[in-house]
Amino acid sequence: MAGRLVVAALLLFMTLPTVVVIVASFNATAILSFPPQGVSLRWYENALTYPQFRKAAVNSVIVTAASALLALPVGTAAALALVRHRPRAATALNAMLLSPLVIPGVAAGLGFLIVAAGLGLLQSRWILIVAHVVLVLPFVVRSVAVSVANLDPMLERAAASLGASPWRAFRRVTLPLLRPGLFAALLFAVIVSMNEFVVSLFISTRVNEILPVAMFTYVVNYTDPTMAALSTLFIAATFVVVFVADRLLDLSRIFQIGGRH
Amino acid sequence: MRGTARPSGLPAFLLLAPSLLVLAIFAVALGALFQFAFLEFIPGSLKTGGLTDKNFRAVLAPQYLRYIWDTVVLSAATTVLALVASYPIAYALARAESRRLRSLLLVLTLAPFFTGAIVRTYAWMLVLGSSFITWPVKLLFEPSGVLVGLVHFSMPTMILILAAAISHVDTTYERAAASLGASPRRIFWRVTLPLTMPGVASGSLVVFAWTFSAFPTPELLGGGKVKMIANVVKDLALDSFNWPGSAAFAAVALVLTLGLLALLGRAIGTRGV
Repeated sequence: MAGRLVVAALLLFMTLPTVVVIVASFNATAILSFPPQGVSLRWYENALTYPQFRKAAVNSVIVTAASALLALPVGTAAALALVRHRPRAATALNAMLLSPLVIPGVAAGLGFLIVAAGLGLLQSRWILIVAHVVLVLPFVVRSVAVSVANLDPMLERAAASLGASPWRAFRRVTLPLLRPGLFAALLFAVIVSMNEFVVSLFISTRVNEILPVAMFTYVVNYTDPTMAALSTLFIAATFVVVFVADRLLDLSRIFQIGGRH
Repeated sequence: MRGTARPSGLPAFLLLAPSLLVLAIFAVALGALFQFAFLEFIPGSLKTGGLTDKNFRAVLAPQYLRYIWDTVVLSAATTVLALVASYPIAYALARAESRRLRSLLLVLTLAPFFTGAIVRTYAWMLVLGSSFITWPVKLLFEPSGVLVGLVHFSMPTMILILAAAISHVDTTYERAAASLGASPRRIFWRVTLPLTMPGVASGSLVVFAWTFSAFPTPELLGGGKVKMIANVVKDLALDSFNWPGSAAFAAVALVLTLGLLALLGRAIGTRGV
């Protein structure tokens, strides 16, 4: 019983900020008060009509779509090579592929900034796309590698022995069997890119900035609940994505939690 | 027919070539960082002078070393608190009886993980600075407030790693201990916890390394008063336009992070992250 109370209290701590943001977003006054003094949707109107947010949202969609679609085939190929061919340098390659996870964001960000300045790419979405591909690649490789490892190579050999060309066997046997891993990889790539902030801050200008950077600038400069409204929309979208993903993929299996393994 | 299945019919180096190209771009960016760290800063200009070690001498002065120390202290405190706060949730998640309860716990755990740093940090600004919750001590723009934000930020990661470790514990051991008369408390301390130590170790490692280079949480919740290494790097690069100085400090942070990871990884006997 006491254990349950502790868990409930900790879950409350985890969800408290989310709840406060949602309440604040419907608050009628600019200064946060509780209980709220009237309900209003004006902050939502503000958030959705603020030109810099609109521009940044377009940039975010383009950068996320481009980097996820680039990273998916690149990472899948790497995962296939690492698991199936077991190259001699597999351990080193694996460590290199995962290295963007442990390099401090500010170091990577400043490095990309220096390169972008040298190439005259400071206002371009391309520098953001390239940086995001680097940052989401580890997630893609890991997700796909798990699926590849669980795949029985005999199935492909069976297809080959029945006369399928290697390409046909890959397309008709391997790819469909890898679908859960590919889907998880895409999900991770989209979520990581959508939320990437530190590296993007260094290589963003008012022209090419993505949503998290625009939100950061807004928070630093203004205190009204417009950000709460935008955050609520973000949280709602995320909940839908996580919920749908759990239904389709059974997230507890991906994270190897509970049940028998 | 060939003896081994070639999944794509392509040799390994062709499959690896695209990701090696991506890694090469990353290497160029990091190389540029280290190059700038050794170039002279010309105030008021983004152009750089000749080779120098001045930047490193500047960032290894006491005023900057203090930021490194503050970062170590905050990261260590975050790791310990996140561990203690995450274990009960991870345990409930791993041992949930129904799939429904597990899904609910998992979605509650993962949602903040997926909402992104800015939204979460902004949320804490509202909570810590709001007028309707009276905190016994001032938290916003203080190290304690930054710590709260960092712990909250680390918990989903810690919970996932711990829950995976707890799920892998064979409950037969716990039942055996119980049948021999051990109390639930004793079972936890003598059986469950020791068996999940690899998870505790790798969770701590990941959280420490991530917190060590934390940026948005101290930036927004610290209000310019509480600075960690990453905040100083950003100030130097984007506010003072001192790219060489900033690069030197970032290079120090990078080497420290990798060094710490290697050291801790060896000490706890986990392999990498």
